[in-house]
Amino acid sequence: MAMSSGRVCWKWGSPLRRPRPAAGWRGFSRLHSTAALAPQICVVGSGPAGFYTAQHLLKHHKLAQVDIYEKLPVPFGLVRFGVAPDHPEVKNVINTFTQTAHSNRCAYYGNVTVGKDVLVKELKQAYHAVVLSYGAEDNRVLGIPGENLSGVYSARAFVGWYNGLPENRDLKPDLNSETAVVLGQGNVALDVARVLLSPLDMLRKTDITEGSLAAIAGSKLKRVWLVGRRGPLQVAFTIKELREMINLPGTRPLLDPADFTGLGDVVKDVPRPRRRLTELMVKSALEKPGEKEAARWASATKEWGLKFQRSPLEVLPAADGKRARGIRMAITSLEGSGESARAVPTGEVEEFECGLILSSIGYRSRPIDSSVPFDSKLGIISNSVGRVQGATGLYCSGWVKRGPTGVIVTTMNDSFDTAQSVLEDLQSGLLNLSDSKEGFECVRSILHSRGVQPVTFSDWEKIDAAEVARGRLVGKPREKIVDFQEMLQLIGH
Amino acid sequence: RPHSPSNSKRPANCLSLSEESPIPCPHAGCMRGTGVAMAQLAVTFCNFFDSSVDRVTVHFINKDGEKLTATAKEGESLLEVVVNQNLDIDGFGACEGTLACSTCHLIFEKDAFRKLDPITDEELDMLDLAYGLTDTSRLGCQVCVKKAMDGLTVRVPTEVADIRRELEVGKQSK
Repeated sequence: MAMSSGRVCWKWGSPLRRPRPAAGWRGFSRLHSTAALAPQICVVGSGPAGFYTAQHLLKHHKLAQVDIYEKLPVPFGLVRFGVAPDHPEVKNVINTFTQTAHSNRCAYYGNVTVGKDVLVKELKQAYHAVVLSYGAEDNRVLGIPGENLSGVYSARAFVGWYNGLPENRDLKPDLNSETAVVLGQGNVALDVARVLLSPLDMLRKTDITEGSLAAIAGSKLKRVWLVGRRGPLQVAFTIKELREMINLPGTRPLLDPADFTGLGDVVKDVPRPRRRLTELMVKSALEKPGEKEAARWASATKEWGLKFQRSPLEVLPAADGKRARGIRMAITSLEGSGESARAVPTGEVEEFECGLILSSIGYRSRPIDSSVPFDSKLGIISNSVGRVQGATGLYCSGWVKRGPTGVIVTTMNDSFDTAQSVLEDLQSGLLNLSDSKEGFECVRSILHSRGVQPVTFSDWEKIDAAEVARGRLVGKPREKIVDFQEMLQLIGH
Repeated sequence: RPHSPSNSKRPANCLSLSEESPIPCPHAGCMRGTGVAMAQLAVTFCNFFDSSVDRVTVHFINKDGEKLTATAKEGESLLEVVVNQNLDIDGFGACEGTLACSTCHLIFEKDAFRKLDPITDEELDMLDLAYGLTDTSRLGCQVCVKKAMDGLTVRVPTEVADIRRELEVGKQSK
């Protein structure tokens, strides 16, 4: 790295200075009794994990200073770029995050890529504790031939596109096909299916980006299949999202009764969430719909369905060799039962015509720096209750800590747990406060020397106000700015 | 604290006085019904003079076992009680009462649970994602305070993650 050692934390001498052994336990208590020392803590990533970690630290340590770094100019991670536009309720968590950011012991620095603009080891020199909460910015790939044909997209990119993530603004998905296949049966799969099939009048009132709304309005899509390798007892989506899909105006569900017959009895004794979820599918597939529902299904112009025990083998190219025209799938049978059942190919193969294929088989975290131990099999930072293995002062929370699953409450609890680990280590003296740390003052000079200008929370509030104002003109809660440069121009960078 | 829910999905039978009331209070000088900001203050005044406006005592057993006692108004949801009285329960009510999370999960005693209004599918759906789900679990945003609830005690669930964490800490200390 082209980093001159003298530049970093120059006021404090060599950046490679180690904590002095003399300032251990006794040093800590002596200093603590004369002047209360403020721990300097930073959080990498401003999604729910980052903000919930910061919230807990600020609340339970009355002196802690918490700085939040974010790669993008704008905060809130997947709450802004992942949560579906028609789920504004979930985005209410932003109100609490905003309160956290307004704390005079909290600062937000957007437009700073940790690992590039500032290194993890430099953050460790500047702060007593560094919490990595940078989420899962990658997705798992299918690893099948034809995956790169036009018409095949990762659900992650597709979600980023309709949610205004700058890196996905030019995705321009090909929506000229009548049938789409979503590979995967989780909540992201249901989100993309719902957004593709929602009545335009519903979508228009959300913060979906203007460009993607126009593209969806012009799409020829009539049918979305959600395909899983395993069976109905192994679906990963949750019941709220399924119920929403079943009740989606203008659509009817395509559920093969054969897939669900007898399942009601099988789930009698399984835990309640799985039981209720299965019962809802069984009811929709096997029971005669009520009058209102029957009428809605009869008049529906669009449909969605679940296909089970199909494992993708190859995306089939159209005659031009560039676009996808269908997908070949292996029919599987299940070995074992319940959550741990495995899909095994039977040898039978099926081809399915579809021009749009969205792979929604999970997000994936990337390693941030070779100095941070990363379990590439699990796709997480190796840790114990948020303490990064073998690295005192380094912590992790959220998806990068436990993998890319769960809802907001899961990330909230796990972030509180990590924050608690930091607080315990401060209390035990493991984190040595007498080793003074300069916090952002140190990082500021590093960023300045590399020509990086951070975006503050009040800068974000200007962008926010501009987005809300643009949205108001068209009856939306906001019109997201999808251009990086435009965001920076708006705040005079 | 999150500001007052603007798009909350509260049960229809909840008549919260923290929202603007169209009916002015009969007491001279009472400002109830004059505005959202004054409503809370006005309610306090009304309660002082008017015994027909019921105050109900509700106890919350917090995650750490501490008992928090609140004076609730009839018609408030239990989430609003926690928010309005600033009870210190970590992460309570993340979605601000819109039935989009399960962070206001509360556990009732059997008898008290049985007397509550029926539970909707949508509430059950969110409860299914709650930590430490029990047969007497409800979401605080969906339960309205009633006069008969005076003295009610509800428990904030201890997270599953906390139990795991205790085990982990136990292992380390050995």
